[in-house]
Formats: sequence, structure tokens, C-alpha cells
Amino acid sequence: MLKSEALDVQKVRSDFPILLRKVHGKRLVYLDNAATTQKPRQVIDALVDYYSRINSNVHRSVHTLGEEATAAYEGSREKVARFVGAGPRELVFVRGTTEASNLVRFAWGEKFVRKGDTVVTTIMEHHSNIVPWQLLARRVGANLKFVGLLRDGTLDLDEFDAALKEAPSLVAVTHCSNVLGTINDVRSICSKARTAGATTFVDGAQAVPHMPVNVAEIGCDFYAFSGHKMLGPTGIGALVGRKDLLAAMEPFQGGGEMIREVFLDHATWNDVPYKFEAGTVNIADSIGLGAAVDYLTAIGMDRVRSHEMRLVKYSLETLAGVKGLTHFGPTDPSRKGGVISFNLADVHPHDLATILDDDGVAVRAGHHCAQPLMNWLGVAATCRASFHVYNSTDDVDALKSSLERARGIFRA
Amino acid sequence: MSSADIYRETILDYYRNPRNFGKMDNPDVDARDSNPLCGDEVEMQVRVGPGSTIEEIKFVGKGCAISVASASMLTELAKGKRLEWVKELSKDDVLRMLGNPELGPSRIKCALLGMKVLKSGVYGYLGAHYDDPDALGSTR
Repeated sequence: MLKSEALDVQKVRSDFPILLRKVHGKRLVYLDNAATTQKPRQVIDALVDYYSRINSNVHRSVHTLGEEATAAYEGSREKVARFVGAGPRELVFVRGTTEASNLVRFAWGEKFVRKGDTVVTTIMEHHSNIVPWQLLARRVGANLKFVGLLRDGTLDLDEFDAALKEAPSLVAVTHCSNVLGTINDVRSICSKARTAGATTFVDGAQAVPHMPVNVAEIGCDFYAFSGHKMLGPTGIGALVGRKDLLAAMEPFQGGGEMIREVFLDHATWNDVPYKFEAGTVNIADSIGLGAAVDYLTAIGMDRVRSHEMRLVKYSLETLAGVKGLTHFGPTDPSRKGGVISFNLADVHPHDLATILDDDGVAVRAGHHCAQPLMNWLGVAATCRASFHVYNSTDDVDALKSSLERARGIFRA
Repeated sequence: MSSADIYRETILDYYRNPRNFGKMDNPDVDARDSNPLCGDEVEMQVRVGPGSTIEEIKFVGKGCAISVASASMLTELAKGKRLEWVKELSKDDVLRMLGNPELGPSRIKCALLGMKVLKSGVYGYLGAHYDDPDALGSTR
């Protein structure tokens, strides 16, 4: 496949065994990719291969299996780091984005955020980029400040600039909203934040799986993402951090692997990133994530992004034809990730999702772990369709016809 | 069973025109709860009448058609019954009231939220009046 060619969806689909299954006797139309993506055979095979052929603990085993497992684990770290433009020593394997923000909250926040400091975040954040900072603020006596949104669902940059005048110690912002799809200009945000003296944390859970990301170009201090949202296994993700910051931080969890020397009354720490990887690490899933990165790299992230932009454009045009449908978020596909949030007349999103499920259409309904954003939108919940490489315009058509059926049932 | 059967005319009618919707002054029982999964909320209020009966019952809440209709239908069913009746109320009773829809594990919580709130309110009232035969009528 030449990089300039459009993505061959049928070929991609044949790599995903789960897409063959039926739901209520219907073809599975999986549109819940912002929650988690399906896994290609290549990722599943990597997990099976690891457990069938290599399984062993890493780093301290001198035998052959141990050396192979270590090489595979560290090889995966290099692959995943390169995928986002980072060096391998800047990448800490974690369970996912939530563990990454909590790691920063404990290991960096408790050391460097002081009483009376300001932490800036936004109202479009996932709870995993709000609650850790609430806990940090409460613990150290810092103030938490939220930047609001403009009516089109983009960040209010005037409010952001005003918040920077308070010289915050931390700016925590999402790269791409999991509800509105809004893509924030994190490069400009991080540059301004740095000038104001703030450390920056970017939640990349909805960006890394869907578009080319380079942390060096963004210029952030911390960047986090989850493997299971990018065709990889659950339970593995990454925190990328500036090396000097990681070195200056306290450990997150204590135990094996993270130490250099242990005495009865104290211990010294291993080098970065091992200082943050206490206990036996998630070897198999990190290797699975490496396989997911290989898979995405072979397709090309530019091609993934243009594919999703086409689907967003097609969805907005198609769903505009559904009477009573309200769409939330930016409408310009170039400023929006592959996420469409909507409500249908007075039908509660959970009722709608139940009806769509009859037709094999899997969408998300609820507050999407973004209750402050729901309050801002003035709704209790929304329905959300979100895309990945195996989705096609056929899936959008199936969504539309199922929405029409729901309108009929609800006489909406 | 498909959702066309779940969302029968009756359910939609109770969703859009919930009976006994509203609040009362000085209720004897006042309880609320929410379903953190969906964000559904239900508050139930009861005025206890002679013989420890549910003399008046009201609810407010927001949520999906199943939770709103279920709470509303439950208020109609409960009116005039003795408080002891609430103790006997079961999941099957509520599902029968809704027309026996086949609800998956994630949606059954919506159907049962009203019952959960009514039970917690009434249990609290019964506990608080355990030593007060007058308040509980002459049944004990």
C-alpha cells in the first residue's frame, strides 16, 4: 500500500476476528472505539506467541527465556517511544492514562506543587485528568482552576491566557476531547504554559490512536496514552516524561525492580524509567502494544487520520438528515477527532443505545467520564459514536437506519 | 424480545407524562438515590396515613424511559398499600409491572432504581418508628 492511497477498509477488517461475530443475529457495527478498540490478529498472535514461546520474568533472569523476554519488553518500549517521537528512557510503562496522571500527581505533584499554587485544567477533560488534580490540590492546599469552552466546543483561549497570569505550577489538558472530538492546539498551549513557568501534562488517550503525535514537537513535559484504545491490549499504556523531570521525581510505588540498593533504614532508586516500574511489569501486554504500534505504523498514522476525517465528514452529513438529532462539538473535521456525540429528541441516550444494540450497533451512552462537560452542555448524558481503522461509511449508514428505527419506536 | 417490546406505548406514556411527579411539603418519608452508571436519579416522598398506609406518594427524577416509567408506575401501585407491603416488594413484582421486559444486566438497574429508593426510605421510617406503635398503626 502506498502511503498516499486511501485505507483499504475491507483488507483491514479481515485482520480483526471479532468483526465476524454477530450481535442479536446482526453484523457487529462497532462504534465504541473511544472507549476501547478491537484487536487485530497480529496483536492477539503476539500475546499468544509470548506466552507460548518466551514467557519469563524480565531484567534479572540470566537464562535464555529471561533474556528473550527482556529483549522483547525493551524492544517494545523503543517501538512505542519512537511512535510518539520520544526516547526509550523517557517512556514509563503504566496501566493506562489514568495510572499515568496518578503517577504524575503522586511522584511529581506532591514534591513540586506547594500550598497556594494554582493547577490549571479545562472543563472538557476526562475525569482521569480532573480527579487526580483535585486530590493533589486538596492534599497540598493548591487551587484548581478550570478553563471554559466557547460555544463551538473549542477551548476559550482568552480564559486560558488569563489563567496563565496566575503563574500556575501545572497545566493539564487533553489533546483531543473524548466527547466533543475537539482537537486542542497542545503545541501552542504548552509553549504558552512553559513561558508562564508551568509544567505541562497532556492527556493523549484520544490522540495517539488516531493521528500522528510527536511529543518533542508538542513540547510538553508529560504525555500519557492507553494501549487498549490503539488496537493494543488492556492494562498497558505509557507515560512519556522529560528525562530531567522524571529523574527529579520521587518514586510512585515501592518494591522490586524500582530500587538500586535496599538497606534496613533506607533505599536508593533505580534509573529512569525503571524507578517507576515497581514489581513484575506487564510484559505480555507491553509486547502486544508493540505489535499494535507495528500494525498502525504499517498503515501509517496520516492515513488513519484522513480515514477518520472522511468518516466524520460523512457522519455529520448523513446524521444531519435524522430529524430531532442534536450534535455536540466542532463540525470542522480538520479540528475534530473521530468522535460524534449526539442526542435524539427526548430519547434518553441509554434507551437509544439499547435500541441500537438490537441492530448490532454498539455506541456509548452516558456521561463518558466527563460530568463537568455534560453540565456545561446542559445534558445528563449523550450518545457517542467513535471510529477507528475498520469502520466504513457502511457503519455510518447502519447507525443512521437504526436511529430512524429508534425514532419510530419512540414516536420522536 | 427486541426493544420495540420494551418500549411499549405504556412505558413511553409514563416516561413523557409521569404520574405522581412532584414534591410534597413535610413528607414522612423522603429518600433519593442515583445510578452512577447512567446518572439516573430518583427521589421518593411518602405521607404515611392511618394504619401505617401510604396515603400519598410522589417522586421526582431524571433518567431513561425505563427508570422514569418504573418509578412512576410504582408510585401508583404503592398508593394506599401498607408500609409492610414495601418490604415484600420484589424485583419480579417490578418487572411484572413493566410488562416483563427482558432487560440486560446494565438496564435492569434502571428498572429497579425506584423500588430501591422507596425501600430505603420506608425501611428508614420503619426503623425510626420501631418503638412507636401509634406511628405504625395497630398492626404490630
